[in-house]
Amino acid sequence: MATVTIRNLEKRFGDVRAVDGIDLSVEEREFLVLLGPSGCGKTTLLRMIAGLERQTRGDILIGGQVVNDLPPRARKIAMVFQSYALYPHMTVRDNIAFPLKAQGVEKASIPERVERAAAMFGIELFLNRKPRELSGGERQRVALARAVVREPTLFLLDEPLSNLDAKLRTLARDELKQFQRRIGTTTIYVTHDQIEAMGLGDRIVVMCGGKVRQVGSPQEVYDNPADTFVAGFLGSPPMNLLRGDDCTVGFRPERFLPLAVHESREELVPLWFRVNRVEDLGSDRLLYGTLHDTFPNERVIVNLPFTVHFPVVAGGVYEFAIKEKDIKFFDKATGRRTEPRRFWAKR
Amino acid sequence: MKQTAGDLPARPADTGFFGRLADDEKVLGRLMLAPAITYIVALIGFPLLLALFYSVSNVTVGTHGWPSFVGLANFRHAIGNPTFPRALWNTLVFALVSQFFVMILATILAISLQREFRGKWVVRLMILLPWVAPISLGSIGWLWMFDSVYSVINWTGRALGIFGKDTWPIWLGQPTLAMGSVITVHVWRLLPLATVILLGGLSGIPKDIHDAAQMDGAGVLRHHFQITVPLVRPIALVALLFGTVYAFTDMIVIYVLTRGGPYETTQVLSTLAFFTGIDGGDLGGGAAIALFLFPVLAACAVLILRFARQAEVT
Repeated sequence: MATVTIRNLEKRFGDVRAVDGIDLSVEEREFLVLLGPSGCGKTTLLRMIAGLERQTRGDILIGGQVVNDLPPRARKIAMVFQSYALYPHMTVRDNIAFPLKAQGVEKASIPERVERAAAMFGIELFLNRKPRELSGGERQRVALARAVVREPTLFLLDEPLSNLDAKLRTLARDELKQFQRRIGTTTIYVTHDQIEAMGLGDRIVVMCGGKVRQVGSPQEVYDNPADTFVAGFLGSPPMNLLRGDDCTVGFRPERFLPLAVHESREELVPLWFRVNRVEDLGSDRLLYGTLHDTFPNERVIVNLPFTVHFPVVAGGVYEFAIKEKDIKFFDKATGRRTEPRRFWAKR
Repeated sequence: MKQTAGDLPARPADTGFFGRLADDEKVLGRLMLAPAITYIVALIGFPLLLALFYSVSNVTVGTHGWPSFVGLANFRHAIGNPTFPRALWNTLVFALVSQFFVMILATILAISLQREFRGKWVVRLMILLPWVAPISLGSIGWLWMFDSVYSVINWTGRALGIFGKDTWPIWLGQPTLAMGSVITVHVWRLLPLATVILLGGLSGIPKDIHDAAQMDGAGVLRHHFQITVPLVRPIALVALLFGTVYAFTDMIVIYVLTRGGPYETTQVLSTLAFFTGIDGGDLGGGAAIALFLFPVLAACAVLILRFARQAEVT
């Protein structure tokens, strides 16, 4: 098990700064998720930790040791790729055994270790098959087995679930999390899927434009986004961001509920909500509309879970409310979150 | 808005002959295939049948009318000719040795050309040039370089002091050197094709696979021989078989450089067939010699198709 420390890490491709001065530390046994849109530098960061990419500047420490100049094979890291990168000409058995052979593990112990890794992922029956004879989910398990077989100190996972269909992905996510809990290997996981990030991560690192925007637990990042980018990136539908005169006001679509539905009236901010359109998604209802008298020109989305029995029709105006602590304020110029203020009283 | 049939623009009533033709997939398909089929039938199928027919007849360039059937006499005669076993042996040496060097050099070149370096396109162009230039012109260039009196190789060697006072190799006049020379030129000529094929095969390997091998701790040799080589093998075999077919059938290099000499030491089946059938006028005998290669080449063709399919799957 290992800690990872990253100091002022930078990677340039020509004039482009793919990773732009990142400081980060990953704790032992932690499941850290790098989250961001494509091109934000998360995969480049991961590849630099792996040693597949050389940083332009900065240090990478694994287990307290500077690994800047070490090749990947000397870093004791295992990596699972988005494409799984299984060796197509080898059987599953040979795929899993490959890292052991490459590292000169004693020959006699290899079959047993391969069997053990295969059993961990329930792929014992496929050991003699070639990767092309396996389904996407099975391939993903083989890739994981190949990664764990040599007991690495650090796991790097590059969007390993994105090639699975939606149904399988949820299952695989759960398995992955349980598995990581069990073996307790420090894990860095790259994804652009905020649901995966929320579900898997002990902490989430939100990245954009090669920089870290926020680091925190899923709840922290979701509830208290550091800036408008994080607020808009996490959550589906994302946080409503309404541009006021002196600041941007944000609130989550599922926190803005009909006044009658709120359990207590304490610290509630009531607002008139004009509904323009209703989308019934089965488990939720999405209401599209405007805040009638406060922000008539900004679109607002509200997410009503199906448990809220409140009749809504398009064109209607209803009294909704939000708790004061659920309203976030962002600086209009920088987008950074600012101190809460008595915004509504003014209006 | 829902669109009804009435909203669609009416189809012009008269699309003309070519318009109707272009709309009829069946006719158009056949029409498009026709040139290829004509080409294959006229330039491959017909000559092959003609060769089969000639090989069992007593036809010569002077034959008027219908030649008579002689059974396998031409084949028996060819095998009885003392030059024949020599040519068969030379063909094998020429094809296998040249392919051996082509594959090794092409692998080295393809791997180096995968890397990024300054002036890469110039190197690529230079390597492709032998393939682009007409073979006969290239061979004539080599003929001058191998000239017994003016050989630029010999004069350069002497000027640099590599060749001593008594050393003056006659490249195309000494048996072993002559074979070496024709093989060298053949390698020079086939290298571009093999390099390009291998380069295609190498760049077809996903980058993730190479990254995974690095992460798994494979060193340079293991990476090359256990990952890269097996993955590029199906395509490399296609290059090898193509090259082998070329080496077995092509006679231009030898025809231009040595004409099979000295003392038949560079005579191969294709040149022997040419000299017997065309220069010697014995069309039946020439056809019989040429057909000796047919089973080998047919086997090569079958293998090429199989490996090509294998390369598609992986």
